[in-house]
Amino acid sequence: MSILEISGLGISFGGLRAVNDVGFSVNPGEIVSAIGPNGAGKTTLFNMISGVYLPDAGSVKLNGEDVTAKAPHILAKKGLTRTFQNLQIFQEMTVLENVVAGFHLTENPSVWADLLSLPSARRRSAEVCEKALQLLEKVHLSKAAEEEAGNLSYGALKRLEIARALAVGPQVLLLDEPAAGCNAVETEEIDELIVELAKSGIAILLVEHDMKMVMRISNHIVVLDHGEKIAEGTPEDVSRNPDVIAAYLGTEEEPAHADG
Amino acid sequence: MTLKNNWVQLAILAVIIVILPTFFPSGYYYRVGALVFVNALSVVGLVILIGYAGQISLGHAGFAGIGAYACALAPVHLGIPPVLAILLGAAISAVLALLIGRPILRLKGYYLGVATLGFGILVSMVLSNERGLTGGPDGMSVPSLGLRPLLRDMGLRLSGGEFWYIFNAAALLIGIWIAINLYQSATGRAMRALHGSETAAQTVGIDVARFKLQAFIISAVYASVGGSLLALQNGFITPDVAGFMHSVEMVTMAVLGGVGSVLGATFGAAVLTLLPQILTVFHEYEHLVLGLVMILVMIFLPLGLLPSLAARIRWRGV
Repeated sequence: MSILEISGLGISFGGLRAVNDVGFSVNPGEIVSAIGPNGAGKTTLFNMISGVYLPDAGSVKLNGEDVTAKAPHILAKKGLTRTFQNLQIFQEMTVLENVVAGFHLTENPSVWADLLSLPSARRRSAEVCEKALQLLEKVHLSKAAEEEAGNLSYGALKRLEIARALAVGPQVLLLDEPAAGCNAVETEEIDELIVELAKSGIAILLVEHDMKMVMRISNHIVVLDHGEKIAEGTPEDVSRNPDVIAAYLGTEEEPAHADG
Repeated sequence: MTLKNNWVQLAILAVIIVILPTFFPSGYYYRVGALVFVNALSVVGLVILIGYAGQISLGHAGFAGIGAYACALAPVHLGIPPVLAILLGAAISAVLALLIGRPILRLKGYYLGVATLGFGILVSMVLSNERGLTGGPDGMSVPSLGLRPLLRDMGLRLSGGEFWYIFNAAALLIGIWIAINLYQSATGRAMRALHGSETAAQTVGIDVARFKLQAFIISAVYASVGGSLLALQNGFITPDVAGFMHSVEMVTMAVLGGVGSVLGATFGAAVLTLLPQILTVFHEYEHLVLGLVMILVMIFLPLGLLPSLAARIRWRGV
């Protein structure tokens, strides 16, 4: 059974139909990518699935439960979290604190225990700190643990965001352009990390402009253009689909821009 | 670099509090010290609201007013001892903060500032207009705390100034201890996270509305206890304690000292409490100089006095 089921999702901004009747599903351990030219509605789609925008049509089902338009913190509790295209980092906290904050639901803080620094609260914080360090290890950031997050390079912040999202313990992870602005080496690292996460059973929905990466790691690709789904299938199917080539890569008269 | 809120800060402050009286030329300075501590206590509450959670309040003097008048009224009308009146005032402030915080904390930035401003004005108007109960703008006397005679019976003779210096210092140190606990805890991290990015905080499961409200309530309790101690120490109280100028003063102390750090807040409270006393030599230009000092600090030390100085001298580990 699919863990994430999107059907008929749509939203308008003013008179513009930004996304219209988009539906697909994601299975555990699967990497599904949403691609399309700039302005195709990929990030808008992400924002609707993750509860940032309220869709005016369609539904989002998580584990068979209707979670359409639920607030992001409720979705996180139910096992869905995301990263952002334009980084959303807790700049003034340390790298480690950023990831520890990701364990918020595990810590489930009690304000009284925290104000009085009761042993139970301290013990839980210490446990979570340990786990956070392991996640930092995984994204090769353990050396920077005590640094203020704002001082990190762009590529490192991208990895920090993924580590923070993993701290939530998601069943479904939405990655909005995780490799944007990263150099070739960093892209490859993120690439490997995503494949590894999928292998561990997490369902991954990816928006990414790096076509080589998308074709290499995706199990399934959904192509959007002008807010509509124009094609869907395996990387091979999609790359051969004439509609996709026309809409996404340009027709023969125009030079092809794979990076959209 | 930011000043981390940790035990080093608490220890430094405790040492300063103990050593300082050896430099006092007269008993009057105990009173000044006590006033600094009580202001600092309220400001530490604002550090939690502004510095941790990133929310603003221009009406926190309203809670100080509630705490102050609880100590003036409850012993007379309800017959409860002043020490318990402090707790009663804190409880009333917490409930009020819960009730008004829920709707107004949806607002952001200037809008939140104006809404809290309205709350503060409301409280000070009620205190001014309920003459029958509060004596109106002329103020009213506050019963004595009653701890000093108790200590005398136990053989410990303290002057009024000495007693309040110790009592308020203890209250401040406890207040800072709690604020540091909070900073290092999961609740404090959630507050600082939503300060950094509400969107990201939500995606990791943080209920943003809940933690803003908690910060608001906690800071209201600090302001209330501060107001109570101020009233008890002075033995007299007027609605000015809940006035707009007092709210602004509190925020200024927090920002001037360095709003992210509890030690900075104490420093800011000390500077703004002492400066007017020092500036009396300038007579009518006192306010002019005070305003000028504040403008210059914000231009040249934008992080606040203490964090900026710490960054300059690379005061690591604090």
